Amino acid sequence: MAGAKNRPLSPHLTIWKWGPHMLVSILHRATGTAMAIGGGVMFVWWLVAAASGKDAYARYVDLMTADQGHFSLAGLNLVPFIVLFGLSWSFFQHMSSGLRHFLMDTGAGFELATNRNWARMTLVASVLLTVLFWAIIWSKH
Amino acid sequence: MGTGTGIGRVRGLGSARHGVSHWLLQRLTACGNLLLVIWFLVSLLRLPALDYATVTAWIASPLVAVPLILLTISVFWHLRIGLQVFIEDYVHEDGGKIALLVLLTFYAIGGAALAIFAIVRIALSGAAA
Repeated sequence: MAGAKNRPLSPHLTIWKWGPHMLVSILHRATGTAMAIGGGVMFVWWLVAAASGKDAYARYVDLMTADQGHFSLAGLNLVPFIVLFGLSWSFFQHMSSGLRHFLMDTGAGFELATNRNWARMTLVASVLLTVLFWAIIWSKH
Repeated sequence: MGTGTGIGRVRGLGSARHGVSHWLLQRLTACGNLLLVIWFLVSLLRLPALDYATVTAWIASPLVAVPLILLTISVFWHLRIGLQVFIEDYVHEDGGKIALLVLLTFYAIGGAALAIFAIVRIALSGAAA
């Protein structure tokens, strides 16, 4: 950057008025990062436990699920429940937002009102899908 | 940034000429993730239980083991690409950026290798022994 320290910067977060598109964009990164680390670790941990034999898998299940008669959420301990609930919402939000990006890749949806509405729709869809997902799990307990 | 001058290219400024493949792979793995993760979640919901015998018998089936391996590749590849952009956008100091990108690559390849080995071991060791 040859001697250009005072080049104008693009306006950043602090200057824009918040809108759903901005929130959804930030959430796309946040949920992606959360799943990349949290989801990746949970997935590999689960598979390695299953591949390590009955005892190892039993220890994993014991860590995740609540004992009989103790506090439980859909059969899970509090921390695993929060993590898995958060990961499930992250997936549905990232998925909805990703589908919005696929549509925008075609050049559609850049009009202000449409853009705002699609951004809002990803939030509604992710909440509904998360509720549906956990309602099914709950119904089995 | 380099504007395509000779010295700019020598210093590694400007385009690495991998932008399009990066963009396409992100979309391709996103499609893979969309199909495979939905399949994975629906399958988990449909399993009668998540105990050792049920889960290992399920994974051992060829029509589960193979999609599960493909899911692992698609997801870890996608997260490798996605977190690369994340790191490049927020870490501007060269040393830290390179160290984090190396760490990310180790995590992505290591995590995927562990998951794939686990799936193959379950699949080949005979279901629900």
